[in-house]
Order: sequence, then C-alpha cells, then structure tokens
Amino acid sequence: MKTCLVVDDSRVIRMVARKILEELDFSVCEAADGQKAVDSCQENMPDAVLLDWNMPIMSGIDFLRALRKMDGGDAPVVVFCTTENDINHIREAIATGANEYIMKPFDSEIIQSKFSQVGLL
Amino acid sequence: MTPENYRHICDLVKRESGLVLSEDKGYLLESRLMPVARKWQLADLDAVAAALRKDQNGGMTRDVVDAMTTNESFFFRDNKPFDQFRDVVLPKLLELSAGKRQIRIWSAACSNGQEPYSLAMILKEAGAKLAGWKIDIIATDLSREVLARAKSGLYSQFEVQRGLPVTLLVKYFKQEGERWQIDASIRSMVQFKEFNLLQPPRGFGVFDVVFCRNVLIYFEAQMKAQILGNVADVLAPHGVLYLGGAETVIGVSDRFAPMPNNRGVYELNRQPVKAVAVG
Repeated sequence: MKTCLVVDDSRVIRMVARKILEELDFSVCEAADGQKAVDSCQENMPDAVLLDWNMPIMSGIDFLRALRKMDGGDAPVVVFCTTENDINHIREAIATGANEYIMKPFDSEIIQSKFSQVGLL
Repeated sequence: MTPENYRHICDLVKRESGLVLSEDKGYLLESRLMPVARKWQLADLDAVAAALRKDQNGGMTRDVVDAMTTNESFFFRDNKPFDQFRDVVLPKLLELSAGKRQIRIWSAACSNGQEPYSLAMILKEAGAKLAGWKIDIIATDLSREVLARAKSGLYSQFEVQRGLPVTLLVKYFKQEGERWQIDASIRSMVQFKEFNLLQPPRGFGVFDVVFCRNVLIYFEAQMKAQILGNVADVLAPHGVLYLGGAETVIGVSDRFAPMPNNRGVYELNRQPVKAVAVG
C-alpha cells in the first residue's frame, strides 16, 4: 500500500483528502503545517505528499525546499493542492520540485486524474 | 412533461442529430433544456415542445439539438489513446509520410475542443521531428455552440485540471480572469467545422488518423455502421481510428478491424468479409 502525507492547516480539508485517498487505496498520514510535515518525513518518508501552500509556522513551498534537501527527499511525488491559482505560483512550485499542481476547489476526480498522471495510480 | 411531449422532443432530436434518447432520460432533458426554455421565455418543457411544433425558422430546434448533443470532455481523455498515438502511431507516420511531410488528423465530434487541442499539443511537443511538416487537424461537431467555445480556447479551472498535466498548462495556457485560454500557436493548428457524422464527409480529403471517441455510444446500430462507413471512406490505407473505451467495431461494421495489442485502436479491414466467413 502506498503512503500519502496530507499537509494542510484545515482539518476539514485533511479529512476530505483522507477520504478520497483512502478510497484510492493509500495509507494516509496528516500534518497541519510545513514543520510538522518535515518531522513526519524524517520519521517516515511517504510515497506521495498532497501539499497546501499557505500554512502557519512553515509554508508548503518552504516545506518542499526542505524536503528536496533531505536524505531520500527527492523520492516522494509532491502534488500541491492550494487556493493559489495564478501562473506565477504554479511556475514557482514546479521550479522548486513539485510534480503536479491542483487548484482548489478540488474533487475526487481531479485528485484521481492528477495522481494517475504522475504515476501514483 | 407529458409522455407525448417527451416523445416529440426525442423524435426531433433523433431526426436532426441521430442521437437516441431512451425512455429514462427525463432528467437529462430537464437539465439540458431548461436553459433553452428560459432563453425563449417559456415556463417549462411542455411549452418548449408546443413551441417546437410551430418552430418555422428552426431557431429553437437548433438550440434544442445543440443543448442535447453537447457533451462533457477532458484533455487527454483516458490518457492511453493519446500515449498510444504519441508512442506508436506518430513514429510510424513520421516514417511513412517522410516523403510528403504531411499528417492529417480528424477529430470527429470534438465537443469543446479538448481532443483536437490535446493532439495539437502532442504534435507541438514532438518539436524538431515535425519541423517543416504540414499538420492538418480538422475538428468537427454538430453543435454550433460548442464549436464557438472550442474556437475560443477558453476553459474553466476545473476543465484544465482534468487530464491536463500542469507542465502543459503552464506552457500552453494563459490565465484570463477566472478562465484559462489555450495559446494561439495551438489554436491555429486546429480548423473547426460544423458537421453531422451521419452525412458523407465530402471535401475533407483523406486522413491518417481519426479520433471518433465516445460518440458512437449515442447511436443505434445501423447509424453506428453508417458513421464507421463514412470514416472508412476518408481514411488512408495505413490510417488508424480511435474509438472510446466503451465502443467497438466488432459486430457493428466490417470496414474496420482491431489493431492487435492496441485497445481502442482500429485499422481498415484488409480481409474481405467473405474470406473470413469461409476460412
């Protein structure tokens, strides 16, 4: 079973994402900000990360920079999932090492479509 | 609405487009035609049916057919056919047509344009290999409304996230307020034309590739055969046809045969049917 770390400061979003991902056969863990996500990755490197951008303590993009520098941190497939929907944010995400980008609002069809494009399904 | 009016609208849609609506499509009629009713300032679908009976210049008939035949679509729908085109068919065409340096593709029933634009992006991505080649992508649909939308190349945030890799979004789309517009360099690769698949495709020339996906499912057997025959008539001897996941030529038309090991892809049937029956 593949693992996916859901990083979002909204509990509701984490819950919705968890439900969708579990239906796609992922084992899901959660983090409420970038720093907690770094801690989680140090303990257990996931196969995939679904990543919000704006969060307290550490943002999604700062987490991604930290992740890609970690030992084994180039392995996880990172899919942004954020309300930031302008082309500059998308470009920055790709340049920083994101594999895909979802603009909120999302639904299960979009998650499924994006995850299969990056080879997670 | 009364069963009589339901049947009247279904008959009209079938006569005009060939689209067959079964008895249980009341919800579909309701959701697609209420906007038409509002546009013509009619209270409900019974009023629409009554007005259709008196529709002299065909304006409302056109709106009703447009609304009923407009279907949802995705960029790179189902992925596999597009991968197969890029990895198997396109390299073969590059070899076969190296002399005339021309590739002609027909996107039949192109809906909002995602299919022809997906193909155009694949060809654009092929880059230098196609430098100096003439690419024709003809995209047709029955509905004027969807053709106008397709030509505009404008898509919602939802539409650009279904099937379209973000790298291609960044490369070929511009944000226009809430929507995303595909680049003029991609738009100019596609010619959109209004066309009914039940008509013989005259004046289109010969194609190397035809995408006719998720459209046969809406037609009765005899019409499916007619459409496949029309497609076969304009396909080059080496040409290929792509159908949707739930569609096949088997038992429908003897003009095509499945391409071995390539699901959903068909070639012209070289074997006469009689020989198959005897052998």
